This record gives sequence, structure tokens and C-alpha cells, in this order.
Amino acid sequence: MSDIEKDYFEEITYRDALRLAMHDEMNENKNVIIMGEDVAKYGGAYGATKGLLDIFGENRVIDTPISEPSIIGASVGAAMTGLKPIAELMYVDFFGMSLDQIANQAAKIRYMFGGQTSVPMVLRAQGGTGRSGGAQHSQSLESWIMHIPGLYLVMPSKPCDAYHLLRKSIQLDDPVVFLEHKMLYNSKGSLDKKNIDAEFGKASIRLEGNDITIISYSRMVNIAEEAAIELKKSNINAEVIDLRSLNPLDKENIIKSVKKNKRALVVSEGHYTSSVASEITSIIFEHCFGDLLKPVIRYTAEDTPVPVAPNLEKESIPSMENIVNFSKKLME
Amino acid sequence: MNTFLEDFYKTMKRIRTFEERVSELFIKGETAGSMLHLSIGEELGPTCISKAMNDNDTFTTHHRGHGIFLARGGDPNKMMAEIAGKKDGYCKGKGGSMHIADMSVGHLGANAIVGGGIPTVVGAGMSYKYFSKPSISVAFFGDGALQQGILYESMNMAALWDLPVVFCCINNQYGMGTKIDKAVAVKDFTGRAKSFGLNACSVNTLDVEEAYYKIKPIIDDARSGKPGFIEIECYRFYGHARMDKSPYRDIDEEKLYRERDPIKFAKKKLIDKNILSKDNIDKLDNEISNEMDEAISFAINASLNDTNEIFKDVYSNKNPESIKTRIKKIIGN
Repeated sequence: MSDIEKDYFEEITYRDALRLAMHDEMNENKNVIIMGEDVAKYGGAYGATKGLLDIFGENRVIDTPISEPSIIGASVGAAMTGLKPIAELMYVDFFGMSLDQIANQAAKIRYMFGGQTSVPMVLRAQGGTGRSGGAQHSQSLESWIMHIPGLYLVMPSKPCDAYHLLRKSIQLDDPVVFLEHKMLYNSKGSLDKKNIDAEFGKASIRLEGNDITIISYSRMVNIAEEAAIELKKSNINAEVIDLRSLNPLDKENIIKSVKKNKRALVVSEGHYTSSVASEITSIIFEHCFGDLLKPVIRYTAEDTPVPVAPNLEKESIPSMENIVNFSKKLME
Repeated sequence: MNTFLEDFYKTMKRIRTFEERVSELFIKGETAGSMLHLSIGEELGPTCISKAMNDNDTFTTHHRGHGIFLARGGDPNKMMAEIAGKKDGYCKGKGGSMHIADMSVGHLGANAIVGGGIPTVVGAGMSYKYFSKPSISVAFFGDGALQQGILYESMNMAALWDLPVVFCCINNQYGMGTKIDKAVAVKDFTGRAKSFGLNACSVNTLDVEEAYYKIKPIIDDARSGKPGFIEIECYRFYGHARMDKSPYRDIDEEKLYRERDPIKFAKKKLIDKNILSKDNIDKLDNEISNEMDEAISFAINASLNDTNEIFKDVYSNKNPESIKTRIKKIIGN
């Protein structure tokens, strides 16, 4: 790994940015450990921990049995007693296996015990469609996490944010759920380790525009950016907001942008009903009611399980073309 | 042979008296709710296991954990105040009976989810091994948790990684209202543990000293990286929670088992062996009674939280905004 010496990358993959973030934190803090299914020898199902075993050894990069509740539960106990665990859950779909340890234990321990102790751990997982994983390997379950007080929720779209926000997540004294998207690992961008723009609760305006605000996070930001470029051809200037973290949520920048543009489209790969998109839409209605020229639209995955067949899978989530179409309609 | 019997008796009697006072506090209408799970009849296990543990050891408990906490050094005043939902309780009244904790004595938390606190000790064991600390971590749980999958995941990890961890089941025969016979086909719980590679023993006695010498090697071995499982058979003298009158079991059964009382047994043994006279025991009982009366007064007189406490301790560095404030921002004052 020659790249561990470098501070600046003109181009780096999202996967490598994550690996470097974990590497750099482990280098600086001997109490940071990684545990999860196939994180050591295999290097993680999506390769994010590749090579870390060779550098840090098996006491710090730990392959576990396939016991999701106890991977998270043991991380909670380790976090309460001096370690800084990064637990990897291979798929967000496995939240279904382990929600007690996430929502009833990790999230609530500080509060229930009156602030006596913290649970400084990071739970990394990945979700989303794109690989025909089907209903149990393709979900976007961030709304489950966002619903629970006590959990930070981070979903960066760009390699530089992935690097800096993962490092900040590891440094934080609270449990952080850090969600990646399986189709982002090979995506590329620049990374400047010294220039830290990312922080929790601060959205990034990816593209500025004065006509319509498109709010998104994770992989859908990239689709929204493509749509915005396409919309320019029709003289529509879309502002694309990348939320980066969902808890804390940058309400201020959402409200500011929508008040300016008076039209808003929320794009998410989660479901339509009772979702992150519903939450953001609701915030916009509450705070921009008098400013809106059109109803706020939430464009999300269908309210169905994710189908395997590639044509169905693709059709079940937001597309660039439809973001363009819906935006044009809102501009009429 | 050196005897700890006086010590053991005192611990068991303190637990029972504390639990009786919790009941009193409830009757006075001073507890925060009625979800109070008393461990009357179950005092032997926490007492002997606690004695075998060291000061720097840690533990988690189930929802019926007052006795374990007391045995490990919990302050009855702060415990009772927590049960009353007061500011001066261990968790500022936000945890209550079922979610009480005290990092200063290694209490990593009581848990209201059956089996929920079990993997915590696996993580603690990983820490002690990583930092080469001589501590162990003990998970206490009831027989209900014997049927939770997470127990066996945790046993497997502890054995796989040679962790300084002990799993301790206080088997009081009932998971709420369901008798153990209705919950399992085979009651060989030590066999289950051994099959994962753990040391294991089951204790079914009224003699706390005998129990202590039986469980001590399991605790000692755990300290050198051989995890263990301990089953303490006992009987829950009263209902599941304070409001439960146990309609699912018959009076004769309750009568029979309430006679099998580890505290009565210890008292008789103290007198028979001339360790303490009856008068001395009465004096000791009286001291304990006064101590627990004081805990009640402390809890009743303790102050309530300012309601702003709702928003504290959710995160390390921020407090959630009140919903009322949020609404005012939308519709004005």
C-alpha cells in the first residue's frame, strides 16, 4: 500500500478513501479495532478493509463468526471499556438481525445510564441496488436508523467526504452508523487529506442553481448531478444539495435553498412511505410553506421489495431521466 | 477453614431487605412505575459470585438485577432514588430499575431486553485481553435468556477468542409466567455451554458457602482466559413484577419453595457453628433494616429533575431540539 504515504490524490476510489481513513485512524489511535464478517483475510466483502490485517495484525483486524447481533453487541461492550471498534455489517439488510443491539443498546446506553458512559463505536454497512442482490441484499434502510435518537447517521457520496467523515466518525464519542452504497465503491474523486471541508450536519452544495432545489444523499447525489447537467440544456438551473449526514441533518441549508428556488425535489433510494425523503419533505413544508410555488416531490424507490431482474431493479429506483422530467414539470 | 458465612449472610440479608423496601416504596406510591422485578429468594447466586469477583471486574445484569448490583457495591440510597425516578439516582432517574448502571463499580448496565446485555461482556472481555488487564466481565441473566440465540453467539465468541468472561444464569424456574419445563425440551444447560468449549457448573443448594466453593474455580479460570458458564438454581418467591400475583403457579408450590430459603439456611448455620449468636444476628438484621429505611427516606426526599433533563445525554456533544420549540418556529409563539 504505497498510497498510505500520500496526502493528496487527484483521483481515488471511494473504497480506497474508506480504507485510508481506517488506516490513518488506526495508526494514530492504538485503541481502534475493526471487527466483522470477513474483514481481515478476505478484506471485506466490498474490499474496504483490504490490506489492514497485514499492517495491524489479527488483534486489531478481527474476522468474526456470522453472528451479527453479537458483532454489534461485542462492539458496544468493547466501546464501553476503552476500545474504539469499527464494526462492519456486510449488508444493511442485516439490520433486521441485529436491531436490538443497534437501537436498544448502542443508541440508548448513554441516555439510560444518565450520561455515565458513552458507546464510541462506528457501525459500517452498505446498502442499495445495482447488483441484482434482490430483496434481502439491496435495501436502503437509513430511515430505520434516522428514527432512533442516539445514533449519528452518515451517508457520504464522494470519496473525500467518505475519508474525512469516516475519520470524524471514529473520533466521535457516540455511536455512528456509517452507510455506504455498493455502487459507490468504484466511483472516483479527488481527496485532499489536509483540506477538511466535511463535517457532521453540514450539507454540500454540489451545484448551484436558481430554479429548483434537488436534495439527496449517498449514491443518488451523483444521479442528481447528472440530471442537473442535463437540465442545463433546457435552461433550468438546478441546485443539488448533498446532505452527507442525515443525523445531524442540515435543515438550515435545505430551507435556505428551497426559500430561494421555491421548488424542491427530494431524491432517495429508500422507500417512499415513512422515509428519509418524507422527513425532508415535511421539513420543507413546515418551513417553506409560504414560499413554495409547487408541492414538494419526493422521488424514491418504489414501495415494493427490491426485485432481482436487472430491468425491474433499475425501474424500481429513481432514474436520471425521471429527475429531469419531474424537474421540468415542476418548472412549468 | 476460613468462613465467609457472616459476610455472605449480610449480603443476602441486605438484598432481601432492599427488595422488601422497594415493595414498600411502591405501596407508598413513590416508585417510578410498577415495572419492578424483585429478586427475593434469589440472593444466593449474586452473593457467592460477587465474592469470587475482584474490584476491577465488570458485569451486566438482567431486569431482575438489584441484588447483583448491591452485592457488587451499589449504594442503596442512590439505587432507591433511581427506582423512584429522582435526580440523585444513579442515572438521574432516566434509567430506573431496569436500566440502572454504575461505571464506578463496574456495572455496565442492567438490561430490559432479555439477553440484551450478554454480548456486552464479550466486548469487555475483548478489551481486557487487548489491554492485558487482569479483569473479567460477568453477564447475569435469567433462565428466559437461555432460549435467546444471542447467548450462544456470545458463548461461541468467548470460547473462540479465549476471553475472560463468565455467563451466569440465575435460574428462578420462570420466564415471567412460563415455567422452564414449558420453555425447553432438555434442561441440560451446562451441557449446552460445554459443547461450546466453556467451563460449566450448575449449583442447586441452599448453602451459599458450598455454592461459593463450587463456582470459584469457574471465575478463576475465566481470569486466565477460559470462559465459563454458571447456572444457579433458585426460586422466585414472588411474582414476575410488583403487580403480578402469580396466578399461573399454585400456592403449595410457592409455600414449599419459600421454605427453601438460603437466608434462613445461612442463619441457622451461623448459630449452629457458633459464628454468630441469635442476638448478634438480630442486631445485624436491625442495622440492615435501618440502612434500607434510610434508603427509602433518601429516595422520597430526593429532588426531581428539571424537565430540561429530557434532552440531555442523548449525544455527547449536542441536545435534540424540543418539539415545542420546533413547532413555535413554524407557527410562532
